[in-house]
Amino acid sequence: MNIATTEDLYQSLIMDRARSPRHAGRLDEFDAEAEGDNPMCGDRVHVRLRREGGKIGILCHETRGCAICISAADLMGDAAIGKADTEIHDLADAFEAMIVTGVIPDRLDFLDLRALAGVHAYRSRHRCATLPWQALRAAIGKTMELRHG
Amino acid sequence: MSAAVHQVGFDIERIRADFPILTERVHGKKLVFLDSAASAQKPRSVIDTMVRTMETRYANVHRGLHWLSERCSDDYEAARDKVAAFLNAAREEIIFVRNTTEGINLVAQTYGRSALKPSDAVVVSEMEHHANLVPWQMLRDQHGIDLRIVKITDAGDVDFDDLERVFTDGRVRLLAITHMSNVLGTYTPVARLAAFAHERGAKILLDGAQAVVHRAVDVKAIDADFYVFSGHKLYGPSGIGVLFGKYALLEAMPPFMGGGEMIRSVSFATSTWADPPFRFEAGTPAIVEAIGLGAAIDYVDSIGFDAISAHERRLTDHALATLATIDGVTTLGRAQDRGGVVAFTLEGIHAHDVATLLDKQGIAVRAGHHCAEPLTRRLGVESTARASFGVYTTLDEIDALAVGLRRVQQVFGR
Ligand SMILES: Cc1ncc(COP(=O)(O)O)c(C=O)c1O
Repeated sequence: MNIATTEDLYQSLIMDRARSPRHAGRLDEFDAEAEGDNPMCGDRVHVRLRREGGKIGILCHETRGCAICISAADLMGDAAIGKADTEIHDLADAFEAMIVTGVIPDRLDFLDLRALAGVHAYRSRHRCATLPWQALRAAIGKTMELRHG
Repeated sequence: MSAAVHQVGFDIERIRADFPILTERVHGKKLVFLDSAASAQKPRSVIDTMVRTMETRYANVHRGLHWLSERCSDDYEAARDKVAAFLNAAREEIIFVRNTTEGINLVAQTYGRSALKPSDAVVVSEMEHHANLVPWQMLRDQHGIDLRIVKITDAGDVDFDDLERVFTDGRVRLLAITHMSNVLGTYTPVARLAAFAHERGAKILLDGAQAVVHRAVDVKAIDADFYVFSGHKLYGPSGIGVLFGKYALLEAMPPFMGGGEMIRSVSFATSTWADPPFRFEAGTPAIVEAIGLGAAIDYVDSIGFDAISAHERRLTDHALATLATIDGVTTLGRAQDRGGVVAFTLEGIHAHDVATLLDKQGIAVRAGHHCAEPLTRRLGVESTARASFGVYTTLDEIDALAVGLRRVQQVFGR
C-alpha cells in the first residue's frame, strides 16, 4: 500500500497519455456507449465499447478536457479491456476510492491506474479523473438494460 | 491623474500589510493571489469591525427595546448610509441582500412579475455572468416575457447596432447588463446605455459585481434604475450584497419574501407591507456582514478610487504586455475601456492543468468558464484561466505569473 504524493501528479506517464492517447477515437460499430460530462468545467468523455465473449474487447473514448481527464480515460481503456461488467464496477469502485483516499490498492489488475493517485491531493480535480469511469459505468448499465429488455 | 498623485496616494506595501492573509504560504510557497474577481481578501479593519461588533455591540436589529439592540441597529443602519453615499443614492433606495445573484433575482421576481407584461421583452448581453442570465430565463418561463440577447463585438464591447436591432419593435422594457465583464474586463458605457434604454421607454439594471470594486459609481450620474453588487468582492464579507433601486420603482414593487421586518401590520387574513427598503429585507438580516461591508467601504474610501483605478490600470497594462511576450498565450478581450481581469488560454494546455500547476507554485488563478458559459462558447474557447487584481496586487506578482506559465509549458513540453 502506498500513499501518493502531489509531485506524482504530472508525471511522464500521465503527460504521455494526455499527448498521445492509445484508446482515443470513435468506434463505428459498438455494443454500448455513454457520455459523461462535467457542467462545472465543460469536460466531456464519450465512451464506446465492443464486446467479445462477454468481456470488453475494444474501448474507445473521445475526451475533451484536461490532461488528467484524458489520461484517466486512456488508462481506463488499458484496464477495462478483457473485463466482464461486474469486474468493471469493482475496478471503478477501487479507482474512485483511490482518488478519494490517495491510497493505491494492492491489486494486479490496477496496472498504470496507480499513476493517477496524486489527483487525490487536488480535491477540485477529482471529477476530472473519475468522469471517464462514470461514462463507462453508464455505458455498461445501458447494455444491461438492453439485454433485460 | 498624475503619476505624482499616484505615488502619494498609493503605498502598496502599507496596503499589503492591511491584509493578514497575504503572508500565508501555499504548498510551501509565497502566496500569489490572482483571483480577487472571484472574491477579494479582507483587510484587518473589516475583520476587526466584525469581531468587535460580535464582542461588544451585537443583538438583533430593529426589534429589541434594549441598549445592545439599539446600538447594533444604529451600526447596521450606519452601514446603509455608507452604501448610500458610496453609490450617491438615498438610504431608502439601498436594500441589503446576500449577493449580486440575490439582488438580480429580487428584481426579476418582484419588478419583473409586477411591472412587466408577458408581451414585454428583457434584454441581456452576450457577456453576462450566469447571475444576470438565469433569473431572466426563469422569469421568461414563469411569466412569459421575451428574453433577448444583445451581441458583443469581437473586441468585447457592446454592439450598439445590434442593440438598436433588439429594441426596434418597441417591446423592450428592461435592459439588464453588466457594468464590467468578469471575463473580458470590458467596462460598458453605462450612462450611454441608460440614456439609450430610457429614450426607448425601458429601464436599466446594472450588474456592478465587478465594476464597483475598481471605479467610483454614481447611480445618479449614470441614471441607473437598478444597480447590484456583492460585498465579498469589495474586500467585505461574504453573505452581504446590495440592491439599489430608484425609490419610485421600489415603492411600486411587491415584496420578494414574506416574514418579519417587512410588514406594516399583520392579521391572520392579510398583511400590509412596510416601505422600502424594509419591505425587501424579510427576516433577520446579515447584521455583522452589513456592518463589515460598511467597514470595507470606509477602507476603499480611505485609499480613494483615483488611486485604485490608476493602480489597476498599471497592473492590467503590465499583465497584457507581459503575457503577450509568451508564445502560445492568448489573452481574451480587446475592449478600449477595461478593468483588472485578464482571461487567457495556453495553446494545447487545458485551463485546469494551468491552474493546478500554478497552484503548486503558490499562484491562485481561476480556471473554467467563469460562470459565463454562453460567453466562452461565443468566444470559441472551452475554458480559460483568469488572473484578476486587487488593491494589494503587485507588478512582481504578475511577473511571477509569467514565470509560472513558462513552467507550465515546460511540464507540457511546449
Ligand atoms: C459580473 C458578475 N456578476 C455577478 C456575479 C455573482 O456574484 P455573487 O456570486 O456574489 O452573487 C459575479 C461574481 O462571480 C460577477 O463577476
